Amino acid sequence: MTSENNVTDTNVKIAARDVQVYYGDNHAIKDVNVDIEDKTVTAFIGPSGCGKSTFLRCINRMNDTIDVCRVTGDIRIDGEDIYDRAVDPVQLRAKVGMVFQKPNPFPKSIYDNVAYGPRIHGLSRNKAELDDIVERALRRGAIWDEVKDRLQAPGTGLSGGQQQRLCIARAVATEPEVLLMDEPCSALDPIATAQVEELIDELRQNYSVVIVTHSMQQAARVSQKTAFFHLGNLVEFGETDKIFTSPEDPRTESYITGRIG
Amino acid sequence: MTAALQIIGLPLPLALLIAVGVIAAVGYMLTRARAMTRAGGDARGLHSLPRYYGMTAAMFAAVPALGVMVIWMLAQPMVVQNAVLPLIPAAEITSAGTQSLILSDVKRVADGLDVAVAQGALKRADIAAMADDPSGLRETLGSVGVALGSDVKPYVLQAAEASRGLKTKGQSWMAIVVLVLALGGAALALRAADPAFRARNVVERGILVLLIVAASLAILTTVGIVLSMLFESINFFRLHDWKDFFLGTTWAPNFRGDSDLSILPLLWGTLYISIVALLVAVPIGLFAAIYLSEYAGPKVRAVAKPLLEILAGIPTIVYGLFALLTVGPFLVSIFGRGDEGLLGVEWMSGATAVLTAGLVMGIMLIPFVSSLSDDIINAVPQSLRDGSFGLGATQSETVRQVVLPAALPGIVGAILLAASRAIGETMIVVLGAGAIARISGNPFEAMTTITTRIVSQLTGDTDFASPETLVAFALGLTLFVLTLGLNVIALYIVRTYREQYE
Ligand SMILES: Nc1ncnc2c1ncn2[C@@H]1O[C@H](COP(=O)(O)OP(=O)(O)OP(=O)(O)O)[C@@H](O)[C@H]1O
Ligand SMILES: [Mg+2]
Repeated sequence: MTSENNVTDTNVKIAARDVQVYYGDNHAIKDVNVDIEDKTVTAFIGPSGCGKSTFLRCINRMNDTIDVCRVTGDIRIDGEDIYDRAVDPVQLRAKVGMVFQKPNPFPKSIYDNVAYGPRIHGLSRNKAELDDIVERALRRGAIWDEVKDRLQAPGTGLSGGQQQRLCIARAVATEPEVLLMDEPCSALDPIATAQVEELIDELRQNYSVVIVTHSMQQAARVSQKTAFFHLGNLVEFGETDKIFTSPEDPRTESYITGRIG
Repeated sequence: MTAALQIIGLPLPLALLIAVGVIAAVGYMLTRARAMTRAGGDARGLHSLPRYYGMTAAMFAAVPALGVMVIWMLAQPMVVQNAVLPLIPAAEITSAGTQSLILSDVKRVADGLDVAVAQGALKRADIAAMADDPSGLRETLGSVGVALGSDVKPYVLQAAEASRGLKTKGQSWMAIVVLVLALGGAALALRAADPAFRARNVVERGILVLLIVAASLAILTTVGIVLSMLFESINFFRLHDWKDFFLGTTWAPNFRGDSDLSILPLLWGTLYISIVALLVAVPIGLFAAIYLSEYAGPKVRAVAKPLLEILAGIPTIVYGLFALLTVGPFLVSIFGRGDEGLLGVEWMSGATAVLTAGLVMGIMLIPFVSSLSDDIINAVPQSLRDGSFGLGATQSETVRQVVLPAALPGIVGAILLAASRAIGETMIVVLGAGAIARISGNPFEAMTTITTRIVSQLTGDTDFASPETLVAFALGLTLFVLTLGLNVIALYIVRTYREQYE
C-alpha cells in the first residue's frame, strides 16, 4: 500500500506463546502464537465469535475479572511475563490501555471521565495541568470541538459515537504504551472514523496499537500487520499488504473476499 | 332447597360452594364435548382450543354465582338488623351506644336459640310460649353454652325470633339465586359453544377481570384502613386540641381524664432511636453489600448471602428479647455500675435505653440494607467496572469512584426504606427502649416511641370514647403519614435510578 505502511522498527513489544483461553469448558482461544511489534498498528480480523475480543483482553489481563475464564500459555510485554505472580494487573492496565467494543462512559461529567485515569495515577501536579491533559486527550479523540462548551455535562448524555470517542480520549489520557481498541469505529460516522484513524496513525509514532475491526478497508488503511482469527485459531499473521493481496491460507482468502464470516 | 342441601349435613355456604363447583365441572365437560361435536370431532375446526370452551362454561357458572353469594353473605346481617330495629321500643334507645348494645343482645339471643334448637333443648312451641315472659330463657341458653349478661326482655326475644325467621328465609333465597345463576351461566356457555365462538378471547377477558378485582381489593383494603384511622383521629381531635397534640411537649396520659397528649416527645424518641439504628445499619449493611457483590467469590457469596438473610427472618420480638436480656445488661456493664463497670462511669442506670434499642434495631436492619444495596450495586453494568479496571484503577478505587456514585441514588432509596422500617418498628422498642416520654439528647436514658405508646394506650381497659384511647389512632395516622412519605420518596428515587440503565 502506501509508503507509511512500511514497518520502521521491528522491536517486539508483545510476544504471545501457546496461549489458550477457556470460558468454563468452552475453548475460545487455541494455541495462539504472535509477535506484536512496537510502534506498529496490528489489526485483528475474523468472523464474529472467533475470539478477537477474548485474545485482546488477555493482553491487559481484563479476563481476570471474568470468573469462568482461564488463560494458560505465556504473554510477554517488553520481555516480562504479564501472567507472572509478581506482576500487578492494575499497574499493567495503566500501561496497556483499552477501548471497549461498547462505549462505556462513566456516569460522570465529560471532564471527569477523561480526568479519571490521570487522577488515579497522579499524572498532573495541579488543576491547570489536568485541564491541559483533558483538552489534549479530547482533541486526540476527535471530540474536543463538540464538547468544549459543556465539559461539565454528563458523559452518558452524548450520542453513541460521541461516547465512543470520549472513551478513546479517556484511554489515551493515561498515556499508555500499548493501546488495545476493540472495534472503536463501529458506532462512528465516516468523518469521525477518519479522525480516529488519524489518531491511530499518530499514536503509532510512540505506541503499539492493536485494533479489532470488521472493516477490511479499515484494516488495510490503518494497520501494518494483520492477524486473521477463525474459530479460536490464529490462522494467518503477517504484513497487512500481503494478507490482503496474497493470503497463504484458503480460509483467509475466503474471509477477505467475503465467502466466510 | 335449603332443607335438601342441609340433608348432606354441611353448613349452607360450604354446600353451595360444592354444588357450584360440581355445576362448573359438569358444564366444562359438556361444553367442551358439545364444541367438539359441532366441529365434527376435529379440534382444528374450532376457533379456540376445546378446553377454552369448557373454561367459558366453568367461568360463567362459577364467577357470578360465587360473587353473588359473597355479597349476599356480607349484606344479609345488615339487612336483617335494619329490619328488626323497629321492633325495639324507641324508649329503650337512649344513645347510639345503647342501640348497638341492644342489637348485639338480639344477635346473641338469636344465635343462642339456633344452638338450643339444634341441640334439642328447645322446641319451636317452647319459644312461642315464652314470648311474654322469657325470663327462663337465660338459664336454658346457659345450659347449652350461650351465656347472657342479663335476663332476656320480651322485645329482645321478639326481635331475635324475627331475625331468625329473616335469616332462614334469606338463606333459602340465597341458595336458590346462587344455584339458578350457576346453572344459567353454564347453560349460556353451553348454548354459545359454536366453532365460531371466540372462547379463547372470552377466557382472556375473564382472566383480566379476575386480576383487576384482585388488584382493586388490595387497594381498597388500604383505603379502608386509612379511612378508619382517619375517622377515629377526627373523633380524637374533636376531644383534644390539635395544636396541643402536634406542638405540646408533654406526654402524660391519665385515664381519669385531663391528660397531656402531645406527640413531640414520642416523635423525638422515635427519631432518635431510628437514627442510632441507621448509624449502625447503614455502614455495616453497605460494606457487607460491597464485599458480597464486588469482592466475594461465588462460593463465599453462596454461603454468606443466605446467612445474612436469615437475620432478616428472625421475628422482631426475638430481637426485643435480645435487647432486653443481652445487649442492655452488656451496655450497662460498660457504661454503668460506677466503679464496677468497665469504664468506671455511671452514665447508664437501666438496661432499657435509646442506645440499647437503637443498636438492636440497627442489627435487625443490616440484612435489609445489605440485600437492597446488593441488588442495586449488582445492577450497575459490568461495562462500567471494566472501563475503570481498563484504565488501571484498583478494585476499591473502582468501587468508590465508579460503582458507588452510579448506585448512590438507589442506595439512598434503600436507606430511606430502612428508615421507614425503623420508625414503624414496635417490638424491639417495647422491650428495649423503656416507657418514659421525654425530649433529651442522652442516649443512655430510657425513652419511648410512637409505636410503644400506641400499644400501651390500646391495652388494658379501653373506652373508645375517651381521648386517652383515641389518641392511639392519631398517633397511628401520623406514623403512617411519616412512613408513607419516606416510602414514596424512596421508591421514587429507586425507580428513577433503575430507569437510568434500562
Ligand atoms: N464472558 C464470557 N463468558 C463466556 N464465554 C464467553 C465470554 N466472552 C466470550 N465468550 C465466548 O468466547 C468466544 C469468543 O468470543 P469473543 O467475544 O472473543 O468473539 P469476537 O471475535 O470478539 O466476536 P465479535 O466480533 O462478535 O465481537 C465466543 O464463543 C463467546 O461465546
Ligand atoms: Mg468482540
